[in-house]
Amino acid sequence: MANKLIVSLSPHVHGGDSVQKNMYGVLIALVPALLVSFYMFGLGAVIVTLTSVVACVFFEWAITKFILKREQSTIMDGSAAVTGILLAFNLPSNIPLWIIVIGALVAIGIAKMTFGGLGCNPFNPALAGRIFLLISFPVQMTSWPETGQLAGYTDVETGATPLALMKQAVHGNADALSQLPGTLDLFLGNNPGCIGEISALALLLGLVYMLWRKIISWHIPVSILATVFVFTGLMHLANPTVYASPSAHLFTGGLMLGAIFMATDYVTSPMTHKGMLIYGVAIGFLTVVIRVFGSYPEGMSFAIFIMNAFTPLINTFCKPKRFGEVVKK
Amino acid sequence: MKTFRIGGVHPKENKLSAGKAIRRLELPKQAVFPLSQHIGAPAVPIVKKGDAVKVGTKIAEAGGFVSAAIFSSVSGKVNKIDSVVDASGYRKPAIFIDVEGDEWEESVDRTDVLVKECALAPEEIVAKIKDAGVVGMGGACFPTHVKLTPPPGCKAECVIINGVECEPYLTADHRLMLEKTDEILVGVTLLMKAVKVDKAYIGIESNKPDAIQLMTEKAAAYSGIEVVPLKVKYPQGGEKQLIDAIIRRQVPAPPAIPINVGAVVQNVGTAFAVYEAVQKNKPLFERVVTVTGKSLAEPSNFLTRMGTPMSQLIDAAGGLPEDTGKVIGGGPMMGKALASVDVPVCKGSSGVLVMSMKEAKRMAPQPCIRCAKCVGVCPMGLEPYLLATCSAHGDWERVEHEMIMSCIECGSCQFTCPSHRPMLDYIRLGKGKVGGIIRTRNAKK
Repeated sequence: MANKLIVSLSPHVHGGDSVQKNMYGVLIALVPALLVSFYMFGLGAVIVTLTSVVACVFFEWAITKFILKREQSTIMDGSAAVTGILLAFNLPSNIPLWIIVIGALVAIGIAKMTFGGLGCNPFNPALAGRIFLLISFPVQMTSWPETGQLAGYTDVETGATPLALMKQAVHGNADALSQLPGTLDLFLGNNPGCIGEISALALLLGLVYMLWRKIISWHIPVSILATVFVFTGLMHLANPTVYASPSAHLFTGGLMLGAIFMATDYVTSPMTHKGMLIYGVAIGFLTVVIRVFGSYPEGMSFAIFIMNAFTPLINTFCKPKRFGEVVKK
Repeated sequence: MKTFRIGGVHPKENKLSAGKAIRRLELPKQAVFPLSQHIGAPAVPIVKKGDAVKVGTKIAEAGGFVSAAIFSSVSGKVNKIDSVVDASGYRKPAIFIDVEGDEWEESVDRTDVLVKECALAPEEIVAKIKDAGVVGMGGACFPTHVKLTPPPGCKAECVIINGVECEPYLTADHRLMLEKTDEILVGVTLLMKAVKVDKAYIGIESNKPDAIQLMTEKAAAYSGIEVVPLKVKYPQGGEKQLIDAIIRRQVPAPPAIPINVGAVVQNVGTAFAVYEAVQKNKPLFERVVTVTGKSLAEPSNFLTRMGTPMSQLIDAAGGLPEDTGKVIGGGPMMGKALASVDVPVCKGSSGVLVMSMKEAKRMAPQPCIRCAKCVGVCPMGLEPYLLATCSAHGDWERVEHEMIMSCIECGSCQFTCPSHRPMLDYIRLGKGKVGGIIRTRNAKK
């Protein structure tokens, strides 16, 4: 008996957290937005989401098994499924299947597995997939169905998104802002857009859940949203006919989705609270700059992508407040 | 409620033996006394094979200023001076004494009468504490008289007594506070007198409301002692965290020590040992040890003579269960896994924790997902993921720059890590290497 004791270093207990718990927690947090998208876009949203998840999980499994030749498959950790849903959330609900599969291949194959899989990727995989598709298939990626066509898929009527209207306003169309849906519709999700981005309410519910479960901290989402609110608020005050109100900015496009689910991706965001705040403020700022002054109506994904690249630098410069550095009171 | 300001975690408390009064453990057949059971130079034996000793007889002299004398906890004959594997896992020289009867030194006051008054001068109190071989009873075993002798240029402003017992499972200090309240308070008064301050704080976590209430009531009769209830958070029993929690001062990075911010921190067990040493002439040769674990039949708190094998404690708590995977000397967060249950109880043995095979096994590590939870919980404001990775890569310059020597090895990072990464293993490796590099560099100067 005596020789069979395990000898290892402390700590001898563990809190019970795991990668799976965090990833499945994110999936649960995505459920409200998923339900809203099914309600608003019907069949198309179901087809796109399922295809994206299945494709992402398949590519991760296949690459791990046949190219990396690892014995342990990583698909059960839930990260591929999270990437799948987030990629789908960034697509219109009428996008053809083959485009989704290409997006999944870019997300998992190029952005994630090339760098060694979970934990090693410098860029958010779902974002890489989305940006690749946006640049490669600009037509299919920018025609969004009107809400409420539950039985349709690729044959649905499309409409202008609020962001497109806001862009027109900046370019001199004085009536554009008056055609925006009401703030309540924007908040609940009754407007054209990508599958998962339309309902600010559903996404905020996900945020509350993730904060409660301590999956993420408040620093990144709050700093992004606050920056956008302040920046667009100042411009709106300066010229309300050209620049949309801050609430319109907050509740439209990929801002909520990006701030809550994409920018908070563990692997590609900074490690300290100070770093997270800098990262969040920069994303908020870049998003508004691209939305208002850039050639694309939406800037969220580019802003996050750019800041992903700065994350290692932020980690080098932002250190936590060390114990003992606090000034004596 | 007060607590420390940076990081921290909430492990399950599992205080299974909190309701169990302290029981006296039977005498062992043979008692073994390792010569280095404290931080500093090993003690030097002053007995030889065949010598007769009594309970309380000094058997080894302090080997320097930072060292402590060792006293026999039993009466009998010295069997041999040999070596033994102690709780640290290393083989160390030790004195073996065969037990015969239970005859005490005449000088020890064995009555239960509380002796409150003390006419000794501060220096005499410190000398008496030194002569009784008292060391920090919380586990670090730093010789108490050294802490009570501030280095030149430093002045103590207050005494902080650690009644936190933030390690899960352990209840020895809790029971001591309930059963030896007045003795502890007199001990605190002696410590205050020794370092010439008139203020002492006793920090107790709010999961011990009975101890907080009792100590507060009784402390009213002693001047300058304040009981401070603390929010339950690990590692509040860490010296630096406790100072921060109670007086809102942070000890700067090593080589700074608590006295640099005016604090002298002592454990409640140490306060009790100081009482016994000064007022009862009783050197340090017994202590309260918690024997606990979910698989044990009867988790208990024992007043144990030093040198008793751990196996005897486990037997008294119901015996070692069949599926035991790990036996830990101390608590689950910072305790040491024992290679054998034959190691003797020493001055720093606060507990013995038995874990089943299922509880004992570590999960397989997964890749770091950079969730930053380790950074958030580190009570020293370090970046454990970075220290572990750089240590694994042997980048000693970088880890020194990232303040690896500030790590207190509390294990909060590894406890929290969703990927079950063995961060602290690597950080200890890095600390060892960097510590060596710093010593070499200082030697060259």
